[in-house]
Amino acid sequence: METMNVQKKSLEFDPNLYRQDFPILNTIVHGKPLVYFDNAATTQKPRMVIEQIVDYYQGMNANVHRAIHYLGEKATVAFEEARKKVAKFINAPSARQIVFTRGTTEAINLVATAWGEKFIGQDDEIILTEMEHHSNLIPWQLLAQKVGAKLRFIPFTPNGALDFEAFEKILNNKTRLISLTYMSNVFGTINPIKRIVRMAKDRGIPVLLDGAQSVPHLPTDVQQLDCDFLAFSGHKMLGPTGIGVLYAKMHHWENMNPYQGGGEMIQSVWLDRATWNEIPYKFEAGTPNIAGAIALGAAIDYLSKIGMEKITLFEQELTTYALNKLADLKGIVIYGNAAERGGVISFNLGDVHPHDLSHFLDQQGIAVRAGHHCAQPIMRKLDIAATTRASFYFYNTFEEIDYFVEQLKEAIEFFTP
Amino acid sequence: MDDQFRELYQEIILDHNRSPRNFGSLPDATHKLEGQNPLCGDRYVFYLKVKDGKVEDVRFEGKGCAISKSSASVMSEFIKGKKIEEIDDYVDLFQKIVRGELDPAEYMEKLGKLAVFAGVSEFPMRVKCATLPWHTLHNALHGKHDATVSTEE
Repeated sequence: METMNVQKKSLEFDPNLYRQDFPILNTIVHGKPLVYFDNAATTQKPRMVIEQIVDYYQGMNANVHRAIHYLGEKATVAFEEARKKVAKFINAPSARQIVFTRGTTEAINLVATAWGEKFIGQDDEIILTEMEHHSNLIPWQLLAQKVGAKLRFIPFTPNGALDFEAFEKILNNKTRLISLTYMSNVFGTINPIKRIVRMAKDRGIPVLLDGAQSVPHLPTDVQQLDCDFLAFSGHKMLGPTGIGVLYAKMHHWENMNPYQGGGEMIQSVWLDRATWNEIPYKFEAGTPNIAGAIALGAAIDYLSKIGMEKITLFEQELTTYALNKLADLKGIVIYGNAAERGGVISFNLGDVHPHDLSHFLDQQGIAVRAGHHCAQPIMRKLDIAATTRASFYFYNTFEEIDYFVEQLKEAIEFFTP
Repeated sequence: MDDQFRELYQEIILDHNRSPRNFGSLPDATHKLEGQNPLCGDRYVFYLKVKDGKVEDVRFEGKGCAISKSSASVMSEFIKGKKIEEIDDYVDLFQKIVRGELDPAEYMEKLGKLAVFAGVSEFPMRVKCATLPWHTLHNALHGKHDATVSTEE
């Protein structure tokens, strides 16, 4: 493959401008500078996000929506401000459509329980894809077992793209929901969501998007996407762990059962019954992750200041550069080669097992993921036990990719006789 | 390269990974058990032929990392011809050595070839790779036949 002409410097974007905001990127690992290529698992946090958590606990810690006192008011305002930031970030019509969850997993479980148990019944069908993360598979398995519904799957092609011919065949008048990933955490494929939503709308079927990998890397506009639900996690977009988001169209929120019962989600309570609080609070039982939500707001400020379009473009440059360099390696197999893809590269290198390879790379300061990436059905279909996965964010550099490829060559030397 | 890493992946381990001994199935096995590590997808099936309280023959097949595969390979050579009680002793000793609970220097003679896995104790995330074959062997010899055991049980 021709690599000579591959552009090594982005004219538009300098990651070094941002790296200094991330204290952890200065870590020395086994005597080598950290190269963090495990961003699909979780991203690192800029100082502004870390400081926001400290500021919250030092300057405004109180429970939200309860206390009539200075701190309570301050915490509530900041918490609701974060909700507005999230709404604006994904262009939701109203902040009321944003419910804070623990993460993508809880957001999908919320839909499966509060919406699914009400609207999906015996012999109904839910369409997923074969490339889902376990978090967008298991909640539907549980629901299907409970109500007697059936799961159908859009297969993926050898490229790691969705097979639309097969999709059209499984779409039918029993389909009650299509739930799929916007961007695959294994193949990096960016699925053609608009086309899927259009096909679903023609038949009046709601669509849930697992945005865990897409929202951190691509501009997101839920009105333009016209999706019914969007779930994503804070920690994959510079925010803390334990905070996530579920967006839904208003009529879905209005028609859904409560998810968990407890404080905050109620209006009036008797010993034998209760009425529910207004949306979104009806779906946020208990004291929420206040600091997490506010810090997610700080993460959104940081991303918005850079600009999501710029982030997407730069990551595409990084990914193309990496794919070109990797293609030259002897014995490499890259899983996923869809036309539209993000900065997630899964591969195997000859007979070297991903665990041995990632352990080797760790010794050189490089953090990658090895394993099944919470997508065991993909591994089974590809007939492999595991892959090694490198995933990028806007603070990664071309030089890091050069070093990574050098070290992969060293690894081949080390493990191959 | 770090010395501890080199010690972990010493030549004998790489060699057993490339050409595992006793690899394959055993049609007249008296004991068969699958062992897996669900966190990383490593999966092996062990076949044992036990007669008069002794492991007469052993085979294994499956996929996994260099540490788990070489551990299975070295183990298969090591246990052949040994009595079950003796193997039980080694299951315990091996696990304690790779977890760093015992000092390998004090058991060098007893450990023999197994000593090559002492370096695993420096890498807690690799302990389960090394113990998977032994964990499965123990379960195969004591009750669990024709099933699957997991490192996460």
